Amino acid sequence: MSTVTAPERADAAPAEEQVLARISYRTPVMYALAGLVTLFVFAVGTDPDASTTFQLASGSSWFTIPNFGVPSLVGALLLAAAQLAAAGWAYVLLRSRRGVPVWLHLLVGVAFVVSFLVWAGAGRTSVIPVTSLLAGALALSVPLIFGAMSGVICERSGVINIAIEGQLLFGAFVAAAIASQFASGYAGLAAAPFAGAAVGALLAWFAVSFRVNQIIVGVVLNTLVIGLTGFLFSTLMADDPGSWNARQPLGVIRIPVLSEIPVLGPVLFQQTILVYIMYVLVAVLQFMLFRSRWGLRTRAVGEHPKAADTVGIKVNTRRVWNVVLGGAVAGLGGAFFTVGSGLAFGREMSAGQGYIALAAMILGKWNPRLAVLAALLFGFSKNLGNVLSTIGSGVPSELLLMLPYIITIFAVAGFVGRVRPPAANGTAYTKD
Amino acid sequence: MKLELRGITKVFGSLVANDHIDLVVEPGEIHALLGENGAGKSTLMNVLYGLYDPDDGEILLDDRPVTFTGPGDAVAAGIGMVHQHFMLVPVFTVAESVALGYEPTGRAGVLDLDRARRRVAEISERFGFHVDPDALVEDLPVGVQQRVEIIKALSRDAQVLILDEPTAVLTPQETDELISIMGELKEVGTSIVFITHKLREVRAIADRITVIRRGKVVGEARPTSSETELASMMVGRSVSLSVVKTPADPGASAFQVKDLTVLSPTGTPVVDRVNLDVRAGEILCVAGVQGNGQTELAEAILGLHEAAAGSIVLDGQDLRGKGVRERLRAGIGFVPEDRSTDGAIASFTIAENLVLDLYDTPEFARGVTMSPAKVQANAEQLTQEFDVRLTDVRDPISTLSGGNAQKVVLARELSRPLSLLVASQPTRGLDVGSIEFVHQRVVAERDKGTPVIIVSTELDEVIALADRVAVMYRGRVVGVVDAAQAGGVDRDVLGLMMAGVPYEEATAQAAEHQSTLAMADQGHLPHEEQP
Repeated sequence: MSTVTAPERADAAPAEEQVLARISYRTPVMYALAGLVTLFVFAVGTDPDASTTFQLASGSSWFTIPNFGVPSLVGALLLAAAQLAAAGWAYVLLRSRRGVPVWLHLLVGVAFVVSFLVWAGAGRTSVIPVTSLLAGALALSVPLIFGAMSGVICERSGVINIAIEGQLLFGAFVAAAIASQFASGYAGLAAAPFAGAAVGALLAWFAVSFRVNQIIVGVVLNTLVIGLTGFLFSTLMADDPGSWNARQPLGVIRIPVLSEIPVLGPVLFQQTILVYIMYVLVAVLQFMLFRSRWGLRTRAVGEHPKAADTVGIKVNTRRVWNVVLGGAVAGLGGAFFTVGSGLAFGREMSAGQGYIALAAMILGKWNPRLAVLAALLFGFSKNLGNVLSTIGSGVPSELLLMLPYIITIFAVAGFVGRVRPPAANGTAYTKD
Repeated sequence: MKLELRGITKVFGSLVANDHIDLVVEPGEIHALLGENGAGKSTLMNVLYGLYDPDDGEILLDDRPVTFTGPGDAVAAGIGMVHQHFMLVPVFTVAESVALGYEPTGRAGVLDLDRARRRVAEISERFGFHVDPDALVEDLPVGVQQRVEIIKALSRDAQVLILDEPTAVLTPQETDELISIMGELKEVGTSIVFITHKLREVRAIADRITVIRRGKVVGEARPTSSETELASMMVGRSVSLSVVKTPADPGASAFQVKDLTVLSPTGTPVVDRVNLDVRAGEILCVAGVQGNGQTELAEAILGLHEAAAGSIVLDGQDLRGKGVRERLRAGIGFVPEDRSTDGAIASFTIAENLVLDLYDTPEFARGVTMSPAKVQANAEQLTQEFDVRLTDVRDPISTLSGGNAQKVVLARELSRPLSLLVASQPTRGLDVGSIEFVHQRVVAERDKGTPVIIVSTELDEVIALADRVAVMYRGRVVGVVDAAQAGGVDRDVLGLMMAGVPYEEATAQAAEHQSTLAMADQGHLPHEEQP
């Protein structure tokens, strides 16, 4: 074959005059915008003499960190400078066609949030409780993370799971009912995955076996679960709340030693068993998806089902089981609303978290690890709104409720590049 | 392993795709299955591979009857298949793709990717494939992807290897390499079933040829048969393989593309500063392997892609910033590459499809109302003129065969006065009869004095039609060859240019290649050089 070398030669020749793609400067623009908001809103709007107090301590640390005050104006100016510097650096990186590292995104995000806190807490007597801000953020993220993992399991195998919402809600309902019947939160927790799996099985039956449009089936199932749980709530549960809808909280388990770490200990290691299950689930899913036979086949079925079929993989069987498994995961996450947070069941208490979980999954590019980060971002911004309205900032509470969604839009528009869903996501598979 | 098919029958609804087909493939034999598109070759192989259940007939391996309920059974029995559209997951690595379905695992189903990598490396080395086990499939050229498919089959100890239209996506040079790979596989005793409709390849490589027409075996041919003999066997009547045309009589330059650049959604140039100049009354063929920017170039001319830079000038009028409708009105006729999705609306009737571009002109409409009678009359006349075989022009166009649907698209585009005709893959998937017809109409349009651009990946078509050939590689025009000059276009030169080699160099290399081939004929097979 005398011609093997030909393509390389053609490559090498025009290298010096190659037309290059247009560079997208979205990232530095977003950084600069954040920096300018910090500068002109947060810094300009701050009284030069004011200071902001942060509280890092929590009851059980080995040592207590005293509250510390930050001169608000100086803090805001420094943070603005940091963000603008990051914008400049990102510009330089992009102009020389190098990527912007992920940690820079995180740094700018944290700087922006801290400058917002500095401004919101400026000149007030109340302190910013950092530990409880983070702990609450993690708690609010729990159903989102379970939901996002459910989405990853289903969509990686090619089935869109809009029914996460219904799976969360049904998990919450069944957990509450079973927990009251057996007077044990753990019994409720054990029952929740089965509830979610039942909704998942319905979805799989219609979407995979009958090839009904997956989004429509999902939405219908959500409505069905809202109706069913609403009906049982106002009949069964309302008639005998003691035996069907009593509060059965899961106990908080402190992990010895680890829970004593300042700030992080109380946030991560003084939680219910549900949160610890979540840690394990995320780690296991991340590993299994990319390093196991199950993961390889799941991804193949979601990307190119025909290719999977030609090597003897049963595409639809795999999809059905994955959707049932995904349903179970979301159902378990639903237990957070009732036994996980020590509340009784309430009508439509999942309140759209299933859809937010789906958004977290997309923001996380169908990757468990990144989806967790996205879910944490949603949880954090939601809790930030809560905390600020309790400590009383100058911002109206209605605006604070919008915070998670504003942050979402900025995150999606600013930091997420082109995302690529699994190629066969949402399409039913038949041989012919 | 000896493979025998006896009386295989497969029926889809009213269509008998395979009608009692018998086939015997001896061990270590390269057996070509020759037939037109839609003759039932792929159906037969999908039956053999366990993807379809045959309605009748049996499969014998080494004289023992076997039944396959799925591809897994076929693979276990030693049958491997390289599909026409590769069955590779684009986002997987080569090792993952090869391992899929037969994963080497450690404890608890954890993948042993090292073992998968070693397996790829081992086979790749044995046959000189030069495939990196860690490369992502989507980053590989199609020729290499095909080798990955072959590795996949071999890694499962395939004794019978089915290659379904393997050369459709390859450059002529890659085809040569594939042929030498097939030779090596044959040496080690692998039987090969080679499905194709390309006569040249069959004669070059097959030990035996079985010809299939309309689902039936029509006979066996010898590789020594002439192309005309094979073609008439395949089609069922005598056909002319060359296009009858007079030398072009080109007029003044009528259409110019200057420094045209089109970017992909990710921002990389797919059409890279292309310059073309087409004269009135000549056919310029844009040749190249699929995916080198030809499709985007044709679509940019019609305005389906925004030009990032450069200009498109038709009869002195700059088309930049003009929409698709304005360009159509300026006289561009466009036959898209994929007629079923871009050329026609499947659920619309034949008559409606014939006025898709003119439905709102005074000819067919007044105000907001259309005149069904005029649309109908127009359709009756055009379908007759273009010899479209149909039952009623009010039937959906999806009821037509590929060749007839293409005639409808062509009829629509040629029915108005054109100042430029752009046709992408105008004969892809058509039967020989329709190909002849399409080619005649294209030549007739040229003879009317219209500048014509044909985008084709079929070298035979390019050579048959072109007055001049522009070869594209990675978005650029490698060179333009004049067909009238110096005794026409050389296949080898075009082939090399399709791999990115400039014209002068390609001419030199082609001469050298001819001499190596001559050596090979004397029994000295050249071995692949390490790049």
